[in-house]
Amino acid sequence: MDFTLLMNAVIAGLLLGAFYAAVTAGISISFGMLDVVNIAHPAFIILGSYIAYIVNTHFGLDPIVVSIIALPAFYALGAAVYQIFYISFEKRGQDSLRGLAFFFGLLFVTEVFLVLTFGVDYRSVDAAYIGASLRFGIIELPYRLLVPAVVSLAMFAGLQIFLGRTFIGRAVMAVSQDPLALRLMAVDPTRIKRIAFAISIATASLAGAFLIIIQPVIPSVGRDYIGRIFAICVLGGLGSLPGTLIAALLLGVIESITSTFYGPSWAPAVSFGILLLTLAIRPSGLFGR
Amino acid sequence: MSEPLLKIEGLGKRFGGFVALDSVDLNVAPGERLGLIGPNGSGKSTLVNCICGTLRNEDGTVSFGGARIDGLIAHERTRLGLARSFQLPRPFATMTVAENLHVPLIYTVGARSGHHLSAADLDARCMELLALVALDGKARQMPRDLTQVEMRKLELARAVAAEPKLLIADEAMAGLSHSEVEDIVKLLIRLNERGITIIMIEHIMRAVMAFSQRLAVLVSGKKIADGKPEDVIKDKDVVGAYLGT
Amino acid sequence: MRTPLFILIQFAVALALYLVLRFFGNDYLFFAGYTVLQFIVLATAWNILGGYCGYVNFGSAGFFAIGAYTSVCLFTIGQAPEDVFPAAILPAMQWIFPLPVPVIIVCSGIMAGLVGLGTGYLTLRLRGVFFAIATLALAVVLQTLVVNWSFVGGSRGAYVIPANTVPVFGPYIQYLFALMLLLTIVALTSARLIERSSLGVGFATIRDDELAAEACGVPTLKLKLIATVLSGALMGMAGAPFPFYIGYTEPGSVFDLGYAVNAIAMPMIGGTTSWAGPLIGAILLGTLQQIATVTISSAANLLLVGLLLIGFVIVAPTGVVGLWQSWFGKGAKR
Repeated sequence: MDFTLLMNAVIAGLLLGAFYAAVTAGISISFGMLDVVNIAHPAFIILGSYIAYIVNTHFGLDPIVVSIIALPAFYALGAAVYQIFYISFEKRGQDSLRGLAFFFGLLFVTEVFLVLTFGVDYRSVDAAYIGASLRFGIIELPYRLLVPAVVSLAMFAGLQIFLGRTFIGRAVMAVSQDPLALRLMAVDPTRIKRIAFAISIATASLAGAFLIIIQPVIPSVGRDYIGRIFAICVLGGLGSLPGTLIAALLLGVIESITSTFYGPSWAPAVSFGILLLTLAIRPSGLFGR
Repeated sequence: MSEPLLKIEGLGKRFGGFVALDSVDLNVAPGERLGLIGPNGSGKSTLVNCICGTLRNEDGTVSFGGARIDGLIAHERTRLGLARSFQLPRPFATMTVAENLHVPLIYTVGARSGHHLSAADLDARCMELLALVALDGKARQMPRDLTQVEMRKLELARAVAAEPKLLIADEAMAGLSHSEVEDIVKLLIRLNERGITIIMIEHIMRAVMAFSQRLAVLVSGKKIADGKPEDVIKDKDVVGAYLGT
Repeated sequence: MRTPLFILIQFAVALALYLVLRFFGNDYLFFAGYTVLQFIVLATAWNILGGYCGYVNFGSAGFFAIGAYTSVCLFTIGQAPEDVFPAAILPAMQWIFPLPVPVIIVCSGIMAGLVGLGTGYLTLRLRGVFFAIATLALAVVLQTLVVNWSFVGGSRGAYVIPANTVPVFGPYIQYLFALMLLLTIVALTSARLIERSSLGVGFATIRDDELAAEACGVPTLKLKLIATVLSGALMGMAGAPFPFYIGYTEPGSVFDLGYAVNAIAMPMIGGTTSWAGPLIGAILLGTLQQIATVTISSAANLLLVGLLLIGFVIVAPTGVVGLWQSWFGKGAKR
């Protein structure tokens, strides 16, 4: 086995894994902590990618910068979606079937809308660092993977600090475990959930920019990520951000090695295969509560 | 005492780091009326869940009718004769009151005997059960249209429909008025006279004292008292931990 | 209405429909009609697990594909059994193959049912949402497997070219249409039978409150597995004639997202508590989509389905059947 090839596959896998962690962070919050099965999350990510694409193409701004500017809009979008979800389903105490169908419909409609607006050509972005690499001896770190990975980790760290150190963050962690206690502290659990969900959608803005830096994008790419996201969530353990990070890195490496040595067409099966295996053997994941 | 109907030995249950039940021993004789009391969070509901199979216990054993049941799934235990009502009533919301009772009749009584109950038979038994809890007028109504006490009665009726040997009534009287509480206690005693062993889990001391032949107390996952009701309520540990002066 | 009468009525309607279309003599009507029938079966199948039990299947395309690709396999074997079987059993195989389409349909149903059993066994002991995600996973894994499997054509696809005409029916599409009619009758009758049986009661308890169901003696895992197997098998059977219908089978068309969405949207819009819901939903949406594809574009028709799904789920969760019942007061039942 070619050691250099393996080495670089592992490194690429780690970088990719860091990116996957950013992609999954949102679901870790909405599904892991709020118990809202937002399978439309990838659609919001792709939306982020396309927004980054438009602004980058017309104004030349770096896609990550674009996504940061777009954060408030995504936050508002997330709050709105949660409000609709809450009024239509959670408040009525409806079975989870309808909630799932709602998000599935959202995923679907977003994808088709993007197809109608942008067509099915691959879109990509331009930035000074894309195409170049950082080299340490035999190790090669492509910037298009490195930059998103670093910013992902920063975002992840930021989320972890927010959840652990701020009042609202801790309220978010508490809301799924003990909403009654929150009420007793005069904190409205619904408001906290809305804030948390809005944050989860805001992460999609950043993740979208990362995505389109790493690879060219078409609307259906979102669906490839559903598997990865849930595989990571389940493997890491619901509601555990550190677990999500580790699972993401693991998945990234396994996928990268499979891709390098067996061909990229097997990649989707890797994440779903891991998901099925985890569900069958240890559903609470590595660090699940 | 002859062979107990329900025998719990050294039962232990943990949730992550939290010990919900700690080496609990409890025996229930056939035909007995046992009361189980304790502060909120003491593990009463966890105990019920472990007995009935909703949760798996980590340590200890649960035996019913002489045979171990800890490995069995909930519905298997129900078929053996163990029934429970839920603390917060859980009726089947899309079915009528009568249809709610069909479920245990079909899936426990029918399954036990091995042959299919005819529609006429189902209706007859259903009506009999509803008459027992004075709900026969509401047979065709939906659970959401019932009052609190009616929901509790439906919950009990559904448990009784499974023709259990042992019935666990989990806080069936919370939030009810004085006369409603009396109603339910009378109902439970009537059921007991028909041969059903009953464990009553309650906070309402008046009801517990009126009902129980024996009283057990659970505090922080441990059983701290077990004996005649009039003795137990005077026990100083019980007074200190739960009853107060 | 007793079941035998119900079956009789269906046969009568089916026969009438067939004869009317034959009278018009336009093959396009048969092609379009086949698509609607296919959706009726898919929607009804989905509803057995989704509507009756409350467990969402996002991977309907996967089960449909199992049916389609079992078909492709059996057909390909049938074309040249000598390439596949060892000499010892070859004469027997040559006598069996090529298999007639109805037999292929049954085989597909069995295959899909088995996969449903396997998936269910792995995931149905967990919360419903994990089952839903697993079905999504299944569809993707299957697609990846098919794309990498050259026997069924891989990503290049496979040709399944049946005879041009068939005795009695004439053009091949009419034969397929008739088979689909039969399958539709099987699906609708099964759904209705389940609804009215104690199995249906059990399914409903799982949907309403699984914990309480177990406490009442309902063997929830066993019932969920039964529902998954039945649902998957029917979907597989719906997919089996597809290669014969379309001629050229490639993964993109078989694993089309439209199947997954329609299988969910049709019952949810039509109404999930009754066998009539998927039927109504399939006819409504199927017709709507045909019109939209022809007048606007095929992407637009998918957008329409998605929007209708979201709209109905928010505003009219009981579907068309539910609306009908509340307007015409079929009683307190939801």
